[in-house]
Amino acid sequence: MARRDRMSGNEAVSYAICQINPDVMPAFPITPSTEIPQMVSNYIANGQMDTEFIPVESEHSSMSAAIGAEAAGCRSLTATSSAGLALMWEELLLAASNRMPLALALVNRTLSGPININCDHSDGMGARDTGWIQIYAENNQEAYDNFIQAYPIAEDARVHLPIMICQDGFITSHAVENIELLETEDVKNFVGEYEPEEFLLNPGKPIAVGPYSVVSYAMEAKKNQEDALEASKEVILEVAKKFEAMSGRSYGLFEEYRMEDAEYAMVIIGSAAGTAKEAVDLLREQGKKVGLLKIRVFRPFPEKEIANALSGCKAVAIMDRCESYNGNCGPLGMEIPAGLYRNKVFLESVNYIYGLSGRDFTVEDAKGVFLEIEDMVVNGTEVKQHRYIGLRK
Amino acid sequence: MRTDVNKINENTPHQDLTEGLMIFAGGTSKDFLTGEWRTKTPIVHEDLCRQCLICAQVCPDSCIPVKNSKRLNVDYNHCKGCGICAHSCPFEAIEMKEGR
Repeated sequence: MARRDRMSGNEAVSYAICQINPDVMPAFPITPSTEIPQMVSNYIANGQMDTEFIPVESEHSSMSAAIGAEAAGCRSLTATSSAGLALMWEELLLAASNRMPLALALVNRTLSGPININCDHSDGMGARDTGWIQIYAENNQEAYDNFIQAYPIAEDARVHLPIMICQDGFITSHAVENIELLETEDVKNFVGEYEPEEFLLNPGKPIAVGPYSVVSYAMEAKKNQEDALEASKEVILEVAKKFEAMSGRSYGLFEEYRMEDAEYAMVIIGSAAGTAKEAVDLLREQGKKVGLLKIRVFRPFPEKEIANALSGCKAVAIMDRCESYNGNCGPLGMEIPAGLYRNKVFLESVNYIYGLSGRDFTVEDAKGVFLEIEDMVVNGTEVKQHRYIGLRK
Repeated sequence: MRTDVNKINENTPHQDLTEGLMIFAGGTSKDFLTGEWRTKTPIVHEDLCRQCLICAQVCPDSCIPVKNSKRLNVDYNHCKGCGICAHSCPFEAIEMKEGR
């Protein structure tokens, strides 16, 4: 039986961790993810879980220790935000290339500078090419549900890759909302025990993890890693199906909101999707054919599926909550048009940058975007690419 | 998942390599001849050696084998030429020569 409660995103993820009861959690505090190791420590102190908590001296160490624990044969995880993720950079790549199925609870916060503690996606997007699976949440319920699905995805024999479960800093992590929790026994059955085939602390069966690789092997290893990331797509969908059977809540690679006959679409990631859905509803009441595509799985990038979902549209607004400093667009602004082109789906697109470092993104802003791309198609009005929303001029 | 790593070589297709290039065997670092890195080489003057075995204990690469309480010659396949043995020898029995 599900239980109704009220929780913040950080509380929800911490509770999921408590229910899963992984083996090892090294962590170092950083706003706004600090509450996660803090709450997990409370659960441990209260005897509600028996995870080995390691208070380390930096995020470089927390990710190193998580990799070490995972290689030793434990189910491990850590949590971080912003500069903490940046300090893990080298280890993020090692976790993936050494094929360690560990989990990271990422609470998205802007990267410096200017130094700022609020939400944007520059931390997660900065780590988008480190070989991790990345799943983003719109709200606390999704953050909780995604975390429960994390290990069954990462530990699948077809995958064996690390997984980042992302939620928006403060907006999701600290705002308290209603939530439906699963029974701990159901969560434990769903996630299962971690029984790796090969691990370091396995007497009589020695292995070496992360050995030096000469020219004649390294390229092959990278190809295998890429193949595993591609294979994770079907595993993510299988796990989502099983999760739906248990919880009644359905998940895909992305969510299509009122997209059936939509002519004008918005692609967005994270909490701002809630705001944009409100705008879609209001515009639909006025007879506008608008819809929303909310990306849940950003890595592996569901290029074909997104191109297919947008194929009936006249124009799409591509929303980036982070700058890419490439002189042209944000990360989604780069990947979506590339995916459309490769799949021979040709439609107008405009890339927008919004919500940087916690800047508000309102229902009016979202409505304005839809009306602007409609005006572009209907009246031929020129719209500048790479537009900033809510910027003082 | 366990693979006989002796069957893997530079012609093995990528699908047949181990996950993350893990090595499912022990002691395989012996197969990696780090002696090729050496720029200085320890030469042992047997007449000065008193078999105190300090060099064998301090060698970071375990390149000075000991058998029946006697030091054998340096394992030049793996010695990187760090010179710690020469520094630690109380009898100046080990000399570092330029080159390999």
